[in-house]
Amino acid sequence: MPLLRRVVNLFSRSRVDRAIAAEIQSHIELRIEDNLAAGMPPAEARRDSLLRFGNPTVTRERVASADLALSLESAWSDVRFAIRQLRRSPGFTFAAIATLALAIGANAVVFSVMNAFILQPLNVPQAQSLYALQHGDEASGAESYPNYLDLRDRNRSFDGLVAYNICGVGLDTGGNPSSAWIEEASGNYFDALGLQPYLGHFFHAADEHGVNSAPYIVLSYAYWHSRFQDDRSVVDRVVRVDGHPFTILGVAPPDFRGTLLFFNPDFFVPLVEDQLLAGDDLNARGSQFVFETMGHLKPGVTPEQAAADLSAIGADLQKTYPKDVGKMTFVLKRPSLYGDFLGRPVRAFMAGLMLLTGLILLAACANLGSLFAARAADRSREVALRLALGSSRKRILRGLFTEAIMISLAGGALGLLGSVALLRALSAWNPFPGFPIHLAVNPDAEVYVVAVLLALASGLLFGAVPVRQVLQTNPYEVIKAGFASRAGKRVSARDLLLMVEIAICAVLVTSSLVAVRGLTRSLHAHFGFNVENTMVASTDLSMSGYSSDRVPAMQKRMIEALEDLPGVESVGLIDTLPLSTGGGGSIVFTDNTPDLRPTNAAANATFFDVSPEYFHAAGTALLSGRAFTWHDDKNSPRIAVVNREFARKLFGSAADPIGRLFRLRDGTRTQVVGIAEDGKYNSLTEYPVPVMFLPILQSPSTSTVLVVRSLPNRNQAPQLLGAAMRSALRRLDPGIPLDIVTRDKPMDVLLFGPRMATVSLGVLGAMGVILSLTGIFGMATNSVSKRLKELGIRVALGAKQREVLQAALSRAFKLLAIGSAAGLLLGILAARVLAFIVYQATPRDPLVLAGVVLAMLLLGLVATWIPAQRALSVDPGRLLREE
Amino acid sequence: MARNDFQGSLDLLVLKTLAQRGKLHGYGIVLHIQRASDELLHVEEGSLYPALHRMEQSKWISSEWALTDTNRKAKYYKLTAEGRRQLQEAEESFDQLVKGVRAMLEYA
Repeated sequence: MPLLRRVVNLFSRSRVDRAIAAEIQSHIELRIEDNLAAGMPPAEARRDSLLRFGNPTVTRERVASADLALSLESAWSDVRFAIRQLRRSPGFTFAAIATLALAIGANAVVFSVMNAFILQPLNVPQAQSLYALQHGDEASGAESYPNYLDLRDRNRSFDGLVAYNICGVGLDTGGNPSSAWIEEASGNYFDALGLQPYLGHFFHAADEHGVNSAPYIVLSYAYWHSRFQDDRSVVDRVVRVDGHPFTILGVAPPDFRGTLLFFNPDFFVPLVEDQLLAGDDLNARGSQFVFETMGHLKPGVTPEQAAADLSAIGADLQKTYPKDVGKMTFVLKRPSLYGDFLGRPVRAFMAGLMLLTGLILLAACANLGSLFAARAADRSREVALRLALGSSRKRILRGLFTEAIMISLAGGALGLLGSVALLRALSAWNPFPGFPIHLAVNPDAEVYVVAVLLALASGLLFGAVPVRQVLQTNPYEVIKAGFASRAGKRVSARDLLLMVEIAICAVLVTSSLVAVRGLTRSLHAHFGFNVENTMVASTDLSMSGYSSDRVPAMQKRMIEALEDLPGVESVGLIDTLPLSTGGGGSIVFTDNTPDLRPTNAAANATFFDVSPEYFHAAGTALLSGRAFTWHDDKNSPRIAVVNREFARKLFGSAADPIGRLFRLRDGTRTQVVGIAEDGKYNSLTEYPVPVMFLPILQSPSTSTVLVVRSLPNRNQAPQLLGAAMRSALRRLDPGIPLDIVTRDKPMDVLLFGPRMATVSLGVLGAMGVILSLTGIFGMATNSVSKRLKELGIRVALGAKQREVLQAALSRAFKLLAIGSAAGLLLGILAARVLAFIVYQATPRDPLVLAGVVLAMLLLGLVATWIPAQRALSVDPGRLLREE
Repeated sequence: MARNDFQGSLDLLVLKTLAQRGKLHGYGIVLHIQRASDELLHVEEGSLYPALHRMEQSKWISSEWALTDTNRKAKYYKLTAEGRRQLQEAEESFDQLVKGVRAMLEYA
C-alpha cells in the first residue's frame, strides 16, 4: 500500500528526513575513506569530499521532494509558514480577510436568494415541465371558473391543468376563532402536481360534484405543526371554516408550501367551495376570480405549442361568449412568481443585485491584488535574500499562493458564516404581519460550493498578481540597490483597477442616496388621502358568519359604535384600503355603448365600496358635487363618486361630469354625483388610474375596513384609541376577528419593494465605501512608503508641507476624482432604472449630487489621512542615515 | 555529463549499474559509472539521490541498510523485476536515440 506508507511517512517526517541525512552522510564518509586510502591528508580528504558533494541541504530538500509523502508534509509546513507570516502583519491579514469576507458574504446571500427565488422552481416532482398560464396582453393569469374548466378539458398539451385561488378565512376548531390564509385548489391539484400526502390523504377530482360539494381540508405541514402541534389524530376531525363544517383529510408534505412563492397558505380546500368561502360565482363566465392556472406539459410538447393550443381555445370561447369573454390569448411562464407580474420585477431586481455584488467581488479582488502586490514589494528584499541563499522561485511562489489560499479560505468561511446567519434571519422574517408571506431561503450545498469556489478563484486570482514581481526579482540588483524605487508607469493596471473600484463605489453611493431620498419623499407624498391621526380596523364579516341583509346593518352598527368613542372625529367604511391590498377592477362603458362586450369598454376602473362618511374620514377631497348619504340604498337610483382621471377617460375634460351617466359591467346605468381628487390606489409608482367609489348600500361587501379619524391636537396615542376601538367592536360581537393598525401600517406592503431596494443598495454602498477606503488607503500608503526617500530629500531641500503632500498623494486624489466623476455619471444613469422600483427616485436632485461629492471627498480624506501624516512627519536626517 | 534534465539517461545508467553489479550504495554507483565510462561520465550527487528515491517510489529498485567492507552503514539498492523491465525498455529507446542521432550526423 504505497498510499498508506506515504501517509504514515507524513507522520514520521523526522524519521524519513533522518534516513536521507544518514544516507548523504555515509556517502560523504565513504569518499573520505577512499581519499584517505589514496594518500590525502585527513583535512584535505574531508574538504574534497564535501566540495564534491555540493550543498547537502539542497540535495536533502530535493530528495525529500521526490518523495510524495514529504511534499505533502512540506505543503503542511508551507501552511504553517504562511500562518506565521500572516500573523506577523495583522493589519494586512485583517484587511485582506475582512475585504474578502464582505465580498463572499454578499455574493453568498445574493446567490442564495436568487437560487431560492428564481433558479429553483416549485417544490414538486418534475418541476421542469410545470408551466403557468399568463394572458398574452397583460401580466395576469386570472380566469373565470367556467373558462378554466373549458381550458382544462379541451387542451391537448397538459397532463392535467390545475387552478387555485387565494382567500382569507376564519377557522374555528372549537371556541378559538382565528383568521387563516388558504389556497382554494382544483380537485386535481395534488394529483396533477404529483404530490403524496405526509399524513392521511388528499382530495381528488372525483370528490367534486359541483358548487360547495367538497367540504374538505388538507393542512400545510407548517400549519399542522404550529396550530395542531403535530397531532396525528387531526385526520377526519371536523372543524368550522367561516362557520361551515369542513373535514380535515390530511397533511401536505413538509417541503410543499403552495404554488405561489413567498405565500405559504395555512391549508388547502377544494376550489368548488369558493362560493361558500369567498362569495364568487362559480358559474359566471365573466367573473375572473381564479387566481392562476398551471400544469405539467405532456412529453414532447413545447411551451409555444401549448400556448398556441390554449389561445385557439381562447379564441373559440371569445366567439361563443362575446358578452363575457374578452381577447383571450396565452403565453406560458414559469410558475411560482405569478408569471411576469412578480417575476419580472423580482428577476430584474435580482439581476441588478447580482451584477452589483459581482462588481463588489471584483473590487474586492482588485483590492486584494494591490494589497498582495504592495506586500510583495515590501518583501522584495526578503525574497531576494531567500533567492540568493538558494531557495527556488517555485518554493517562494508556492509560499505566496499558500498565503493567498489561506486568506481566501478564511475570508470565504467568515463570509459564508455571516451569510448563513443573515439568511436564517431572512427566512424567519415575516415582513407583513397578518399575511403568510415568508422569504424561505435556505442556503444549500450548492451555495456553499459556489462560495468556496468563488473564494478560491479570487484567492488564486489576486495571489497571481505578485508572481511577475517575484519572477523578475534579480537578487543581486535588489540587494545592491536597496529599495528599488522605480518611477512607475503613467497608468498601471493597478491604478486602473482602483479607479474602477472607486467608480463602482460612487455608483452605489449615488444609487443608495437616490433611493433614500425617493423613499423619504414617497413617505411624505400626497396619496389622495391623509394618513395622519387615522386608525383602521379590518375584518371580513363573512368570516364570522354574516351574510346578505345582516351585513349592512352590522356595518352601520360598527360605524356608530366607533363614532361614539371620545376623540373620534369621523368614521368611514371602505371594502378594501387604497395603497394596501388595493381595489377590485371592473370595466365600465359610456352610457351610449350599444353592445356591452368587453372589447367596447371605455375604461378599466378600480372601484371601492364606501360609506357616506368615508371621504371625510379618509381625508379625500371632493372637488365638486356631493358625497353619499345613508339614503343612497338599493331602492334609489345608482350613483357613484369618481376621480378626475375617471371623468377625463369617460367624459373628456371639457364638460362638467356631475350628473353624467355611465354603465357598469352588468349594464347598470350609474350617475356621477361627485368628483374626488386623484390619488394612488394600487402602487406608489402608478400613473393616474380611473377610480369609482360606489355606495356601500348599493354595492355591498362583507370585507370591511373602518377608517377612524381622530381629532388633531389631542395627544392621544394611537394604541389607546386602537384598544378602545377593539373593545367597542368586541361589545357588538366578540366573534369578529379584528386587525387594528394605524393607517400607514398597511402601506408597508407597498413600501416593501422600495425599502428592500434601499436597504440592499445602502448595504452594498457601505461595502463599496469600505472597499474603496481600503483600496485608496493601500495605494496611498504604498506610494508614500515607496517614495519616502524622495520625500525626505524634498523636505531637506526645503519643500513646504503642501508640496510634500502634493508629491505624495496627488495620484491617489487624481484617481479618486476621475473615479468619482465616472461613478456619479453612471449612478445617474442607473437611477433611471431605480425609478421603476422606488417612487420619485430622481438623480436630478441637488441634495443627492452634493451628497455624493461630499461622501467621496470625505472618503478620500479618511483614506489618505494616515499616509498623509506619515509623509508630513518625514525626518530627512533619520531617513538618509537608515538607507 | 548526465544532469537532471537528462533524466532518462541518468535512470538508464543507474539501472544498468545495478544490473551489472547487483547490490550497490549511492557512492558505489557514482564510482562505478565513472570507472565503467572510462572517466567520461560524472554523476552529480545532487541529481543522483533524488533519482534513486524517485525510482524507489516507482518500485523499480528496492533498498536496505547494510554494512560496507569497512564496517560502515550504507543504504544499498538493487533492481526489482519491474526495474529489470524498465531497464530493457530504457536500453531499447536509448539505442533508438543513438541510431537516430548517428543517422542524422551521417546524413550527407
